[in-house]
Amino acid sequence: MSARNAVPLALLRPNEQGVIADIVGGTDAHVRLLELGFTRGREVRVLKNDFGPLIVALNEQRIALGHGMAQKVLVRLSCPS
Amino acid sequence: MEPARTTQTLTIAVAGNPNSGKTTLFNALTGLRHHVGNWPGVTVEKKEGRYRDPKSGREVLLVDLPGIYGLGAYAEDERVARDYIVGERPDALINVVDATNLERNLFLTVQLLELTPRVVLALNMWDEVEARGMKIRTDLLSERLGVLAVPTVATKKQGLDTLMEVALDVAARSVREPLRIDYGPEVEEALERLVPLLERASELAAKYPLRWLAVKYLEGDEYLAREVEDKLPREALAEVRAIRAHLRERLGEDPEVVIADRRYAFIERILCDVVERPQEAETLTFSDRLDRILTHRIWGIPIFLFLMFLVFEFTFALGKPLSDLLEEAFSWFGDVTGEYLTDLGVHDTVVSLVTNGIINGVGAVVVFFPPIFFMFLAIALLEDSGYMARAAYVMDRFMRAIGLHGKSFIPMLLGFGCNVPAILATRTLESRADRLTTILVNPFMSCTARLAVFVLLAGAFFPEHAGLVVFSLYLLGIVVAIAVAKFLRTFIFKGESAPFILELPPYRFPDVRSLLLHTWDRAKEFLRKAGTIIVAIVILIWALGNLPPGVEENSEESYIGQIGQAIAPVFAPAGFGTWEAGVALLAGVLAKESVNSAFSAVYGVDPAELGPALAEHFTPLAAYAFMVMTLLYIPCAATIAVIRQETQSWKWPLIALVYTTLIGYTLAVLVYQVGRLLGLA
Repeated sequence: MSARNAVPLALLRPNEQGVIADIVGGTDAHVRLLELGFTRGREVRVLKNDFGPLIVALNEQRIALGHGMAQKVLVRLSCPS
Repeated sequence: MEPARTTQTLTIAVAGNPNSGKTTLFNALTGLRHHVGNWPGVTVEKKEGRYRDPKSGREVLLVDLPGIYGLGAYAEDERVARDYIVGERPDALINVVDATNLERNLFLTVQLLELTPRVVLALNMWDEVEARGMKIRTDLLSERLGVLAVPTVATKKQGLDTLMEVALDVAARSVREPLRIDYGPEVEEALERLVPLLERASELAAKYPLRWLAVKYLEGDEYLAREVEDKLPREALAEVRAIRAHLRERLGEDPEVVIADRRYAFIERILCDVVERPQEAETLTFSDRLDRILTHRIWGIPIFLFLMFLVFEFTFALGKPLSDLLEEAFSWFGDVTGEYLTDLGVHDTVVSLVTNGIINGVGAVVVFFPPIFFMFLAIALLEDSGYMARAAYVMDRFMRAIGLHGKSFIPMLLGFGCNVPAILATRTLESRADRLTTILVNPFMSCTARLAVFVLLAGAFFPEHAGLVVFSLYLLGIVVAIAVAKFLRTFIFKGESAPFILELPPYRFPDVRSLLLHTWDRAKEFLRKAGTIIVAIVILIWALGNLPPGVEENSEESYIGQIGQAIAPVFAPAGFGTWEAGVALLAGVLAKESVNSAFSAVYGVDPAELGPALAEHFTPLAAYAFMVMTLLYIPCAATIAVIRQETQSWKWPLIALVYTTLIGYTLAVLVYQVGRLLGLA
């Protein structure tokens, strides 16, 4: 089930948020992402995306992930509230 | 139905995500009655402790499993936890979860429950739950998962008695079936066909719950797939593979992903009814605001370096005077003991063994202790406050460029103080490849003991430029470390680097008690293990310096002198082919500072006259080559011992021994020969 209009998380700017539509790429990275709670349908918000790994908010947790990892997470942008 | 086990000691394992408060809970239950070791054959830390049941007075063994997010086989620590649960079959399993973040924490919980029903949930950080105005219906959660859930606050020791009561109850009860999650028609059908096939291998059936094994096989768990392929008869194997391939085709994507998704769906469905969150506007927390500064693209690195400088200062400013004090104490103790034994009429050889051998040997370990303790205290402070994850974040880019992980930076920096605690500090690295690389290049970071040698030689031969000469050696060490790290990463440990993904726990004020406990655990381990190895080596060196009987200690006729003579020709190309230099290098294997004392022993001068004495035996160029050798060759005995301890094998310390010596020798010869060509001799 590929998601229409989904963009890689790596492209989101700080304070933008989206709903995770899919996770692509190798199994290893995939499982690491799943274990940390990156699952379809969950809301993720970018706190920092300038230099070095991104920092994102997933519910209460804060997770740093490299750009390579962030490319694998596809999100549907949700309008900022 | 198996009978309840009451006769032997009960074993209860503690499992949970990193940052769930698992370690705090474990420490609160066991207090000081636990010890830290390693899981057999791996570099993952293992903690075991004892808990006394206040009601029956029975002792229970508690085992702290590594902090993990799931039960896959990708990470060493996940495999360790899984093997323990499958292989050792603990009587009960306490699963510590961060109750404020059940969605993610239950991901591990359901995997544990699929493996064993002997689980108790510790809903930890319950005070946070209340503070945030969340409502969690524990009764409903227990009912849905089929296990009891006990709210706890590990930091305040709340709910722990109830938790243990329930755990002991679970341990004494007979077993039900493990949890069954409905994975949807396609996967379920595959499972139904797989389980009977797996049953044909009686070995597998005895070891694993078969449904769990079947799920894992469909998930493409390499480790278990290998086991299945080993144990299954050939015709069944073909069928099993066909089932997996067919399922992939039907699903149109990796079964693994579908299975994980269904697990999450199962959790979400439970949590819809169980958890009630207050509607809150998304605000930036205090931690987020702090992160804006501490992980800032420009300020992050200088702040980090400043904090590291503080750690360094803290460790050595506090550690050095205590070390000096201990050194004096040991030397006084050695003198007094020597006099006392001599007065008793004990033979000189025995006196020398006791004072020069054993007391000095034990001293050589114990003087390391203060900096080690403070180093670990500083590290524990960084870890428990939540900053360590940010440090890894900040340094990741630079470290990645040289083939290491962000977290490798801290041990590398600590190496300038002493390689022993630095290597112990690599325990924070999850990936084995990252960790081994960091351990193996650490000895190139010039430690304070080598500094003593550099100061002596640079002062004697380059009095005008001593500072510059010493600095050049530090730089050389860094360059070699980077080159070797790059090499190891490219050829030996390739493709195993952990992708950068890291939870940033909220900043916290560390709890003093657990801070000290944490520190003591690591420091005492060093005393115990490295101590025994060091003492053995000290006695060996002492014996070589004092045999055959009747020779003067460390003289040319002693065995060590003879060995020095034997190896001297080897060092001729590097400009210091004398037996004295050979002995000094050999003594330096024990502890780098010993190079200085060996020189004073073999030249028969006291430390004050050492400079002029050296000037007669070395040219400045040869002295520089000798310093290059001292910097790079065999790590000291304590470092070797700790590499052995941390890698759980003799293989790596021996490899380190060989390649450091080769690199040191090659560069020393290169320096001397190139220097001669340039007319510097």
